[in-house]
Amino acid sequence: MAMEGKPLADNVFTWPSDDPALIGGVDARGRLRFPFMGRPGEQPVELARAGVLWSWTVQRFLPKQPPYLGRETKAEFQPFALGYVELPGQVRVETRLVDCEPADLRIGMPMRLTIRPLFRDEQGQDLLMYAFQPVA
Amino acid sequence: MSDVAIVGIGIHPFGRTPDRTGLEQGAFAVRQALGDAGITWGDVQFAYGGSQDGGNADTMVEELGLTGLQFINVANGCATGGSALISAYGAIRSGQYDLGLVVGFDKHEQGSFRVRPADWGLPEWYGEVGFALTTQFFAMKIQRYMALHGITDDALIRVAEKAFTNGALNPTAWRRRALSYAEIAQSTMISDPLRQYMFCSPGEGAVALILASPKKAAQLTRHPVWLKAAAMRTRGAGSFEVFSPSLSVEDGEGATPIAARGAFAMAGIGPEDIDIAQLQDTESGAEIMHMAENGFCRDGEQEKWLREGWTRLDGRLPVNTDGGCLANGEPIGASGLRQVYETVLQLRGDAGVRQVPKRVRTGYTHVYGAPGVSAVTILAR
Repeated sequence: MAMEGKPLADNVFTWPSDDPALIGGVDARGRLRFPFMGRPGEQPVELARAGVLWSWTVQRFLPKQPPYLGRETKAEFQPFALGYVELPGQVRVETRLVDCEPADLRIGMPMRLTIRPLFRDEQGQDLLMYAFQPVA
Repeated sequence: MSDVAIVGIGIHPFGRTPDRTGLEQGAFAVRQALGDAGITWGDVQFAYGGSQDGGNADTMVEELGLTGLQFINVANGCATGGSALISAYGAIRSGQYDLGLVVGFDKHEQGSFRVRPADWGLPEWYGEVGFALTTQFFAMKIQRYMALHGITDDALIRVAEKAFTNGALNPTAWRRRALSYAEIAQSTMISDPLRQYMFCSPGEGAVALILASPKKAAQLTRHPVWLKAAAMRTRGAGSFEVFSPSLSVEDGEGATPIAARGAFAMAGIGPEDIDIAQLQDTESGAEIMHMAENGFCRDGEQEKWLREGWTRLDGRLPVNTDGGCLANGEPIGASGLRQVYETVLQLRGDAGVRQVPKRVRTGYTHVYGAPGVSAVTILAR
């Protein structure tokens, strides 16, 4: 996967990679969570790249800036879909949902991981983040 | 025989009051509660109070009088009012005091709550990508619930319609126009499936309650309302809570059913014995889910309950008789105590044009908030 840009944050997904995966963390009591936070005793693990949609919604108004990083105005803002994707036997991950219309979204539909440019930094470089897309 | 009575209630109108600080609104409610109880500030032996954004509750002694009383500030998110009430309940039941005050107030900036991810132990990117919004959590929780239990948009609209109908009958409510079914159904989609008029807004307001031991209550009133139970609980493992980058695949129990069970056990009665209920309705979906989580119906039955009007003022279990959070807004520190204030009014038969027509002997109040806390009270006359 040749993609310009850099991850929005480190340790969220494996990068650079031809087959990136989200990075979860297993704590000292064996509990798996996402993301890996680098806490004492926490071990990073690669998560499954596919799962099923557990729930979803659409963000239809411009979130407060900060914390939202987008620099668009209210008028420019494009609603985006988000949801939880259940990775079988692991965790449900909160994620942007891409390549789909809200009307297409169904709880239980198969989804897979993808990496997308989400914002652009001051130098014009793409900032990459994970998302899930429907399995065609 | 119950051990703690509510002998005085006071409220500062909810909504926006630009010329009064949160603390001034709190003091306003306290004076009204003192008048209602027929006592003076000098009679009050102790106080518990709190607010999230309105200032330190104990500062109001400056305005109410420097009597030297014990005044403890409480900060417990959406359970602040409930936690203050439980603390006062304990202070009286222990025998330490026999007359005290509970006060909750708030004053929030307009619009959705601004969240600092670090305050919640979250990475910065969580807010940067546009996830740190409570509205999304509410939407995703009800979205899944609707799919699993056959709840439709009709039920969401009916909850809001009822809230604004009741709010229009409440002189201290913020939103006092009875919005029509069509207006709600056509309002702007905020976060699917929830629309603009299905959400409450952060706001302002204050509530004060005077609590007394049975002996003291007998001296003050012939019609006390008894606090039969007050329970505050935190979430179980695996519950779905706001601001969660990931969830366990094992479903767990949220704070509400745990608090409900605790309160019912304390009161020695069950959901079938409750005449009216005030259930946290930060948005329409929350009221629907909380009907089941508190034990008043089974998952999915809400569709029929709402269609049949069973939660309206003249229904079998009137819910959010004062318009709830939807019509009153959500000043976090005051919200839970507003529910108690309304329940006392209804139990006394003093709710005016929104008085429930059936005989009201018991009432139930419930709040739920981040990061998985719930406070429940059960009152009876």
